[in-house]
Amino acid sequence: MATTINEGTPVIPTGRSRRAKVADSGGRLAALLLSPTMLVLALVIGYPVLAGFRESLFTRGEGLDADGFVVEGERFVGLDNYAAIFSGDRATAFWNAFGNTTFFTVTTVFLETVIGVAMALIMQRAFRGRAFVRASILVPWAIPTAISGLLWRWIFQADGAANAVLGTDILWTADGPAAKTAVIIAEVWKTSPFIALLVLAGLQMIPREVYEAAQVDGAGALQRFWRITLPLVKPALLVAVLFRMLDVLRMFDLPAVLVGVNQKSVQTLTTISWFEASNLRYGSAAAYATVLFVYIAVISYLFVKLLGADIIGQAREVRKKPATKAGAKTVRKVAA
Amino acid sequence: MRRIPLAGVVAGLALALAACGGGDGGTGGGGTGGQKAAAGELTGRGPITLATGKDRSGNMQKMVDAWNKAHPNEQARIIELPDEPNEQRQQMIQNATTKSDTYTILNLDVVWTAEFAANRWLAELPKDKLGLDAFLPATVTTGEYRGRLFALPTTSDSGLLYYRKDLLEKAGIAEPPKTWDEMWAACDKVAKLPEGKGVDCYLTEVAKGEGLTVSAAEAINSTGGAFVDASGKPNVNTPEAKKGLEFLINAIKDGRMPKAAVTLDGEGGRRHFQSGKLLFHRQWPYQYGLANAEDGSSKVAGKFAVAPIPGPAGPGAANLGGHNYAISAFAKNKASALDFIKFSAAEPQQKANALATSQAPTLTSLYSDAEMVAKYPYLPTLKAAIENAKSRPSAVKYGDVTTAIQNAVYDAITGKTTADQALADLQAKLGELTTP
Repeated sequence: MATTINEGTPVIPTGRSRRAKVADSGGRLAALLLSPTMLVLALVIGYPVLAGFRESLFTRGEGLDADGFVVEGERFVGLDNYAAIFSGDRATAFWNAFGNTTFFTVTTVFLETVIGVAMALIMQRAFRGRAFVRASILVPWAIPTAISGLLWRWIFQADGAANAVLGTDILWTADGPAAKTAVIIAEVWKTSPFIALLVLAGLQMIPREVYEAAQVDGAGALQRFWRITLPLVKPALLVAVLFRMLDVLRMFDLPAVLVGVNQKSVQTLTTISWFEASNLRYGSAAAYATVLFVYIAVISYLFVKLLGADIIGQAREVRKKPATKAGAKTVRKVAA
Repeated sequence: MRRIPLAGVVAGLALALAACGGGDGGTGGGGTGGQKAAAGELTGRGPITLATGKDRSGNMQKMVDAWNKAHPNEQARIIELPDEPNEQRQQMIQNATTKSDTYTILNLDVVWTAEFAANRWLAELPKDKLGLDAFLPATVTTGEYRGRLFALPTTSDSGLLYYRKDLLEKAGIAEPPKTWDEMWAACDKVAKLPEGKGVDCYLTEVAKGEGLTVSAAEAINSTGGAFVDASGKPNVNTPEAKKGLEFLINAIKDGRMPKAAVTLDGEGGRRHFQSGKLLFHRQWPYQYGLANAEDGSSKVAGKFAVAPIPGPAGPGAANLGGHNYAISAFAKNKASALDFIKFSAAEPQQKANALATSQAPTLTSLYSDAEMVAKYPYLPTLKAAIENAKSRPSAVKYGDVTTAIQNAVYDAITGKTTADQALADLQAKLGELTTP
């Protein structure tokens, strides 16, 4: 953003020092113009993060006095809240929730990506009733998660639709692998449209000529998908996948409504943090939230670094040479 | 361009944390010296509020209107909280940790008393000025913490055994079962009838939730066991408690309860009973009116009756529910609030409420009131149940205690651990949670 403003500032060519001064004042202007944004960001993002971290270093409400009243005031405990997470019983619960969170993230994001891309490809085709298909694919995304949790709970109850259709009598909402499956199904149902929507936007950016050229060169449908569609839609897809990952790592409402907050097989890190907070251990809850924060930060950093490096690289190249070089490259590859 | 994904990352992360920053409002407490919960300090007159769950019948509003007419300078206003009990508790706690005076009177679930009282969120009530003798004694204890009164019971609740009168009659059984063995014998007889085909024997709530704590408490109290002893120390690793827990374990293992029991919450159980597929059902009194509805929603209307829950060798010990009114320690106009509480717990108001909502009253006299008994024939049974009923453990960390109980019992009834192991673990866990 800063560069844009610099470029946009009219530069009057009256000697070096003058130009430098103008550039300098441009920087100051940029800072000035950006300051409200920064202030808001600091207020709504920076402060909660820091306050949460501070809270995680304190404890309160521990112990009762002689009359049975809770001893008031908070006490600095350093990293005790963090140490407690990784010791004894709580460690078992933590690693279980950590495993669940990771498992849900990997499975649901993978399934959502596959289904979402397929949905986008369908939505992009021109056919009669396209508007209807597009709208109906988006319906699950429009339903609030808690409500879809309730809907799926009806479907998955012992005498519900799922068992009737499958001809089984699985207890989906009890503990165990069935509960995990139920959560994955409901989550994928709900959020695949999100990926589909972003991928569809990406698909519509791809110029038709690229496909025509490929077709002239004799590329089959599958080849066109792997060599043209996928590489060109990748930036949009990666952003969609990244957002989904951030979302699933914080998953709370769906397992909570569908199965319950206290079932080992679907307990996630946010569930534990919620449980701690609802039992007035705010320090411990903040510690769990901070651990989750770090985990999400690491995952997203790795994601951007390993896969997303391309987005940034492409963006840079695009800025240098305003031509769809990546696109040209793929076409050349297809032709070869 | 480069910033976009990173900004997204940061925003996502912040949401993760902000979700948990909610409890931050009360940071830096400690400066509350003036909030002594001593009796006799209930002063101040003026407008008051009543924080409560949903007023579904509209009767609460009627009661408030009547109060407002008589007390134009001490107007009361209802603040409706979310439906979910735990969310009501959360909101009341948030209100208390910020020391807000928005809520004057709190409509507390009986199991929250200890937590709220111990955190100094409630004003102590004057025991001698409330005519406590007129209340069922068991209900009054639910409003007490360490012998001091913090909340006045306005409604009560207790488990009952719903049974299919028609099926028992066909099987030639005149009386509802008083013991567990009698209950199983009755099931075996009914199962042999053509009408008894596909009818499950028994159900009590065993899905993971507060209902499981209640079921476990009833089973264990019925065999003479307890979670905590009279002094508040955990005492659950006993032969009596094991016998109680084994009742639940065997009821599931022997197929007395439907296989789906672990997924049926209170409402799921009610659906099952109302579908006519259940012979004996331990449930709260609210089911009585709903299961008797003639609008086609219930297939068992007029075909069932209620009895005290059975035990190992005679009637069992049911569990107490209900709600109490308490005064927030941070509220203004506590004197008006006390008058309002007395007004709501008085006989005319309790009777109107019971007739409108089928919530059980807490005044002994109403259980023999002719109009009440005509509308709710189960009242004498319920009175006996409440008089015999036991409370769930009164614990400051009740949320942790009930979760520990649910985890241990759920693992035992689903066969993940043995009864011995579950009780030993629970004893250790409760030890950690109840030591000051």
